[in-house]
Amino acid sequence: MNRYAVAAIYKFEMARTKRTLFQSIISPVISTSLYFIVFGSAIGSRITEIDGVSYGAFIVPGLIMLSLLTQSISNASFGIFFPKFTGTIYELLSAPVSSFEVLLGYVGAAATKSILLALIILATAHFFVPLEIAHPLWMLFFLVMTAITFSLFGFIIGIWADNFEKLQVIPLIVITPLVFLGGTFYSVSMLPPFWQTVTQFNPVFYLISGFRWSFYGVADVSLITSIFVMSGFLAFCLLAVVWIFKSGYQMKQ
Amino acid sequence: MQPIIQITDVNKIYTSGFQALNNINLSIKPAEIFALLGPNGAGKTTLISTICGIVDATSGQITVDGKDIVSGYRHTRELIGLVPQELTTDAFETVWTTVSFSRGLFGKKSNPAFIEKTLKSLSLWDKKDNRMMELSGGMKRRVMIAKALSHEPSILFLDEPTAGVDVELRKDMWQLVRQLRNDGVTIILTTHYIEEAEEIADRIGVIKNGQLILVEDKVALMNQLGKKQLILDLKEPLTEIPSAMTDFNLQVKNEGLQLIYSYDTTEEHTGISALLQHLSVAGIGFKDIKTDQSSLEDIFVSLVKEST
Repeated sequence: MNRYAVAAIYKFEMARTKRTLFQSIISPVISTSLYFIVFGSAIGSRITEIDGVSYGAFIVPGLIMLSLLTQSISNASFGIFFPKFTGTIYELLSAPVSSFEVLLGYVGAAATKSILLALIILATAHFFVPLEIAHPLWMLFFLVMTAITFSLFGFIIGIWADNFEKLQVIPLIVITPLVFLGGTFYSVSMLPPFWQTVTQFNPVFYLISGFRWSFYGVADVSLITSIFVMSGFLAFCLLAVVWIFKSGYQMKQ
Repeated sequence: MQPIIQITDVNKIYTSGFQALNNINLSIKPAEIFALLGPNGAGKTTLISTICGIVDATSGQITVDGKDIVSGYRHTRELIGLVPQELTTDAFETVWTTVSFSRGLFGKKSNPAFIEKTLKSLSLWDKKDNRMMELSGGMKRRVMIAKALSHEPSILFLDEPTAGVDVELRKDMWQLVRQLRNDGVTIILTTHYIEEAEEIADRIGVIKNGQLILVEDKVALMNQLGKKQLILDLKEPLTEIPSAMTDFNLQVKNEGLQLIYSYDTTEEHTGISALLQHLSVAGIGFKDIKTDQSSLEDIFVSLVKEST
């Protein structure tokens, strides 16, 4: 194991967060706070409790998941896209590092950043709504697993993208709608039967459901189903990354 | 002596169908300076990139220090430092950060003293806290070299190292290359500047259309293929070469005021004495005499033309 290389990549990526503190941390925290103010306090006060949870508290897991997903993807995709864009990828390709070590460095840093952000948002939520976490270990489990899975997904997007537009297209037109339609702001049981069925095909729905369960002990689907879907997506991302490294797709000629 | 790099029957065909390398066979000796010359698109960068692992060979084998570059990539890549042709840098990083990053990436423990020494040797120490975007092109080139040297490689690839740099920096780089060679580092460089190869290389390779058309010791190459000329500045213009001297390879230039005799240095008899005797007999006087040897550039141009 080339641990110095893993540490070098990890530190390099984490240092970028320090340089771009506003973009990486402050901006997502402000955005999420606005959601809490608008949906939690202003509109939420006129909405009745859902599954025994106040509306303001109900949306907290979904909003954390929204930031976690988008930031994991954004951090990891930008981390590997930027060296490709600037041409500094030559150094990574000619270094004595294995694919696993490269992944550990980039995905590890991206996941760390988004987990830190999620914890900051969780702390911020305390200022707006009363919060309780029924299963803190499960909450951490979902947090870490989701961050790793979507950082892997972001890494794949970063490899696939050959311009800045492609880098943004999946997070903007796929991930954000999936999160909004995955039960961030409502319980799926509130939807008409047809849309309940459609939601079953949204993988983010299972993540939000499982994550919300760790807070309040209530969920739209069983915990096992959530873990199963998350594991399936993680396996898909891992297989895709293995193929990318074996084939040299978009990296080697 | 076992070669430090052994390239055997290497071919590279890109997905577009373009064959960039065509059956390359080459041995690089330890601690030599090998210059790879060739016109644009000849395959120089592809060859370097293949050895470094950036491009996968379609067929053939490359070993570095006796290890295959695919199965033994950890060992082989640790030994190699690469300065690419393009100035590809992390614009927002400082010189210190980017050079330190390279050392870590190549599996070496942090060593601020060594990084300091490297930066000082490249006159970069006072720029260590500058961001890359604040540096001039020449300074960026120095940083690229510092990055390549940061993990103390024993083989250094320099892809067009002095392209676009000023004369002073070019000479600094030549000095650095010689110093590294004296320290036991093997240097492989590609260049468009023939004078660069002539100045610092021990051996020359010429590549064209993906094929190595020549590999030779520089001095031997210049002796074998180099032509020498004897130039006589005449007192009176010469209208035509006297019939007694037509067997000599003579040319009249500069409106008859210059007589040029081309001869082969490898021949036992150059014919200079006989020519001077003939001139004396014919009463052709001259006021100055000098010799000129064809440069590596002449040889290179002639080789590339021949293979077309």
